[in-house]
Amino acid sequence: MSKIEEEIRKRILVLDGAMGTMLQRYNFTEEDFRGERFKDYPSPLKGNNDLLSLTQPEAIAEVHKKYFEAGADIVETNTFSGTTIAMADYNMEDLVYELNYESAKIAKQVAEEFTKLNPKKPRFVAGSIGPTNRTASMSPDVNRPEYRAVTFEELRVAYKQQVEALIDGGVDLLLVETIFDTLNAKAALFAIEEVKEDRNISIPVMVSGTITDASGRTLSGQTVEAFLTSVSHIPLLTVGFNCALGAEQLKPYLQRLSNKTEFFTSAHPNAGLPNAFGEYDQSPKEMQTYIEDYLKDGLINIIGGCCGTNPEHINAIAEVAKNYKPRTISVTA
Amino acid sequence: MSKKNKYLTLSGLEPLVVTPESNFINVGERTNVTGSRKFLRLIKEEKYSEAIDVARDQVEGGAQIIDVNMDEGMLDGKYAMVKFLNLIASEPDIARVPIMIDSSKWEIIEAGLQVAQGKCVVNSISLKEGEAEFMRQAKLVKRYGAAVIVMAFDEVGQADTYERRIEICERSYRILTEIVNFPPQDIIFDPNIFPVATGMEEHKLNALDFFNATKWIRENLPYANVSGGVSNVSFSFRGNTVVREAINSAFLYHAIQHGMNLGIVNPTLLEVYDEIPKDLLEHVEDVLFNKREDATERLLDFAETVKGQKKEDETKVLEWRSASLQDRITHSLVKGIDAFIVEDVEEARQQASKPIEVIEGNLMAGMNVVGDLFGSGKMFLPQVVKSARVMKKAVAYLQPFIEAEKDGKAEFAGKILMATVKGDVHDIGKNIVSVVLGCNNYEIIDLGVMVPPEKIIETAKQENVDIIGLSGLITPSLDEMVYVSKAMEKENLDIPLIIGGATTSKAHTSVKIAPNYNNTVVHINDASRAVTVVGNLLQQDSKIYKEQIREEYDKFREHFLTRGKRKEYLSIVDARKNKYQINWDETEIVKPNELGIQVIEDFDITRLEDFIDWSPFFRSWDLHGKFPDILKDNIVGEQASELFKDAKVLLERIFKEKLLKAKAIFGLFPANTINDDDIEVSVGLSAVEDKDTLKFLTLRQQLKKREGVPNHALADFIAPKETGKQDYIGAFCVTTGFGTAELAKEFEENNDDYNSIMIKALADRLAEAFAEYLHKEVRTKHWGYAASEDLSNEELIKEAYKGIRPAPGYPACPDHLEKNTIWDLLKVEETIGVKLTESLAMWPAASVSGYYFGNKKAKYFGLGKITKDQLEDYATRRQISIDEAEKWLSPNLADN
Repeated sequence: MSKIEEEIRKRILVLDGAMGTMLQRYNFTEEDFRGERFKDYPSPLKGNNDLLSLTQPEAIAEVHKKYFEAGADIVETNTFSGTTIAMADYNMEDLVYELNYESAKIAKQVAEEFTKLNPKKPRFVAGSIGPTNRTASMSPDVNRPEYRAVTFEELRVAYKQQVEALIDGGVDLLLVETIFDTLNAKAALFAIEEVKEDRNISIPVMVSGTITDASGRTLSGQTVEAFLTSVSHIPLLTVGFNCALGAEQLKPYLQRLSNKTEFFTSAHPNAGLPNAFGEYDQSPKEMQTYIEDYLKDGLINIIGGCCGTNPEHINAIAEVAKNYKPRTISVTA
Repeated sequence: MSKKNKYLTLSGLEPLVVTPESNFINVGERTNVTGSRKFLRLIKEEKYSEAIDVARDQVEGGAQIIDVNMDEGMLDGKYAMVKFLNLIASEPDIARVPIMIDSSKWEIIEAGLQVAQGKCVVNSISLKEGEAEFMRQAKLVKRYGAAVIVMAFDEVGQADTYERRIEICERSYRILTEIVNFPPQDIIFDPNIFPVATGMEEHKLNALDFFNATKWIRENLPYANVSGGVSNVSFSFRGNTVVREAINSAFLYHAIQHGMNLGIVNPTLLEVYDEIPKDLLEHVEDVLFNKREDATERLLDFAETVKGQKKEDETKVLEWRSASLQDRITHSLVKGIDAFIVEDVEEARQQASKPIEVIEGNLMAGMNVVGDLFGSGKMFLPQVVKSARVMKKAVAYLQPFIEAEKDGKAEFAGKILMATVKGDVHDIGKNIVSVVLGCNNYEIIDLGVMVPPEKIIETAKQENVDIIGLSGLITPSLDEMVYVSKAMEKENLDIPLIIGGATTSKAHTSVKIAPNYNNTVVHINDASRAVTVVGNLLQQDSKIYKEQIREEYDKFREHFLTRGKRKEYLSIVDARKNKYQINWDETEIVKPNELGIQVIEDFDITRLEDFIDWSPFFRSWDLHGKFPDILKDNIVGEQASELFKDAKVLLERIFKEKLLKAKAIFGLFPANTINDDDIEVSVGLSAVEDKDTLKFLTLRQQLKKREGVPNHALADFIAPKETGKQDYIGAFCVTTGFGTAELAKEFEENNDDYNSIMIKALADRLAEAFAEYLHKEVRTKHWGYAASEDLSNEELIKEAYKGIRPAPGYPACPDHLEKNTIWDLLKVEETIGVKLTESLAMWPAASVSGYYFGNKKAKYFGLGKITKDQLEDYATRRQISIDEAEKWLSPNLADN
């Protein structure tokens, strides 16, 4: 059993908050994104947050550090878009391995420092695997419903590369997150299984779907239970939800998930719903209240934050998390 | 971690959990091309929006899973599966249910799994190909996140007893759960539902064994599920809906009681169990549970009554007994009544001059009615078996009489080998055909199922069979049949081949099988037609029939292939890479005895009479059949004889009065292939003065072929220059047309249209005969590569000789512009006066021109469609504009 599989049985683990929200605070310019290495790169690079692991590694390390200081047990690598498919936007497909590898190393180094300071609270790094910007089970062209912008096979290959680099960089677990199309996630899980088999290793995997809106379904149309059924074929550390909704809106779906799954559960909701200006303005205190409701009902094993959350939110969450027992698994048919 | 939740759980957009409390899970089966003609048609015609409606109707009608199957020989199954699943993915009212991806081809299953976000069911895998493949597939199924149907099938074959079923299921279960770590609740066993009441002894336990095996699986293999295709159980009663529905629902009822928890059921073929009439139910359950020795007989008899046909009472019996002798015999056979058959056959024997005539006449007539009724679905299998019994009884009675006759042994009408091909185990259809043919006095050699090609060929040779019948139900059998046909050709078998089975089709047979095999290949879609087809094939003069079949299939194939949608083409570059390879190092090239040009002026046309292929002559008069049999043909024989007589009269006159002039020019030249597709001809020995060489431009097939099948061009038959070997080519033009127009005009003026058409038809025949004659002369003398050839006219017509004489404008070389090159090379017009029209038709019309290829590997082929890249390449080579090239080659241009 890996370290995290031991820890998750003992207590509720806290995941970090948003990376993007934190990076915005730095107000990096195009030049900052490029750094010395990419100063002559032909395409615009501003907005390619994953690239900052190479050009502004100190900033990335600093964000990780702030989340650990706030009480997080797990931080996510800065690799949400770290596939050839997502990096195609910046013509940076060739950098995918390096981006993931370096991002993992940065996070792992910070995690090890914190573990050394307090060995009783070991810190972990989750390799963040985003959904890419294409969907394998939906057509982007309404006039051609049979068309697909990406195939399972393309996704599998891209994810496999990301997974290998993350593992080489030293991540403790993998987090397939913000799943709006389950088929994309299945390709990622397929790739992970292949890597596990190729290398004869085992590595914990978290899967986190996204319930898009009040319909209670993923973007690709699946209900909570259908989503769960579709991703439960390989052993998972946790299954859960993140993004799109705030903690309050997410709760009923989390409840349904918790009822049905034999895996541990996770959630990293947004800091509420975006306001009229597209900003997340839920206060740490407010979010803490909603999260505490999860804890009271015993829904959760890993809890963190997504869009709009920052170390203050994570701190507030960590404060309440330590007062509750983790969810015990008991499912109804 | 608690592990109590071990129910089969599937998903589309919504989940489906199969718990012990769930009712039977009904899998919709209309989106299956092998089960629904309509769906097949929609997919074939690319009417996907209607195909989606079929899926929607299923879901709205209550299907909790939909089975999607695209296994059909002529479909690109992978393409159809992916397209269909992608399309239903955007229909939330359909996509809400899980998909059962149904194929016998792993690649189609895998393609399906790659486009479904939900948790599907794979239908199916089995130990058929051994443990390693089974585990490989199971592991992938698991990795794709699907449940799986496991067929009770192993390396030896399909489980058809209780013991075999549990043995295979247990072994599969053990491998899946212990080695592959497959979740046991995701395993669904299909222990094989076979038809009951087939009249065959070995099928008596078919239902009972299934029930017991199902129960055993549910009790002994924890969490595993059981499924099956229900409609199959009542297969032998197709045509009798009442009984069929009763059998289906009684079977389903008991199967569920025994633990079957999901299955493929056609809801339109299902009676409500409780509404099955008590007496019918009793008879059905007697059969299902094999409760009495005569259960099948009783159900059959009872089936008659529920069909609405009142059982004959005394009066009615008397009534049919007073009918004519033939009617009585037919009645006995159709109804399977053996009480009077001996009496009637004896009466017939006394009336016949030979006892054998009773079989060939009276009994055959009756069995033909049986065949027709069966074919049209008005009789069903067990009844046919009963008919067979009556037939056998009659034949047995006649046997001693026949043997007593000096000349006559009771001979079989023919010997027929029947086999279900390798890899396939379905034999119901084959057995039906065997029974029906057996009834018709054919000796059947039934090799059973999973018969390897070697065994088929070996037995065919040993037993000297008259016909080989291949059967198969599953899609891979189609490929196997193709393989067998090739093996038969390779082994030089000369036995007609009959293809049958549910997935076979005329299209597949004509496109993929018939071209491989020289003898007749016929597709039979129902057992009743088997008798007619076999009868025709084995009649003393079967040539007409065989010719017709060949023609029919050629046409069908042509039509099918030119129907052209979504065909795959190779680029011309790749097509060239896949050219037909001749090992030039090992090829002996014969240098022509006489290189250069020769002219034949005023040839003695009477010498051509023996070379005439008359069959096309009759065809031109709309009389179909092969000469000379056509003269005796029942239907057209009289007209054909009349016509032939008239033709002979005119021919005589042509000969005597020298009304037509025959001229020819031909030349043989050194040549080599250059740049893959061009043939460079040295013109030193020709009349061409301004250059040293001329080029024949050939066109290359671009349709994507199966692996190992080359993309032909005529240039492949000539040694490439880089081999350093000098090769040769010939060119020719013959005509017998001079004088035709004048004669035709003369006849027309005398209002004799008959002879006006006749003279043209004859001139055409003479021109072809001349070409044939000249080709022979060239082969044996002028070129001389076949000096010792000795072929009859018939063999000539069948083109049994070495080398070919393709003509521009015909399938191998549809480019008419090549005639210009031939004309340049030979100075045809200047020498013998045959002209080319604007559209490159020859004038006079009764002329033939072409090339000579002497290589023994040279053969005729059809170019098929070519794509734009070859067109452009060709235009450059021809030094004409693309527009002009397009004009000449337009019939051969692919749409894409």
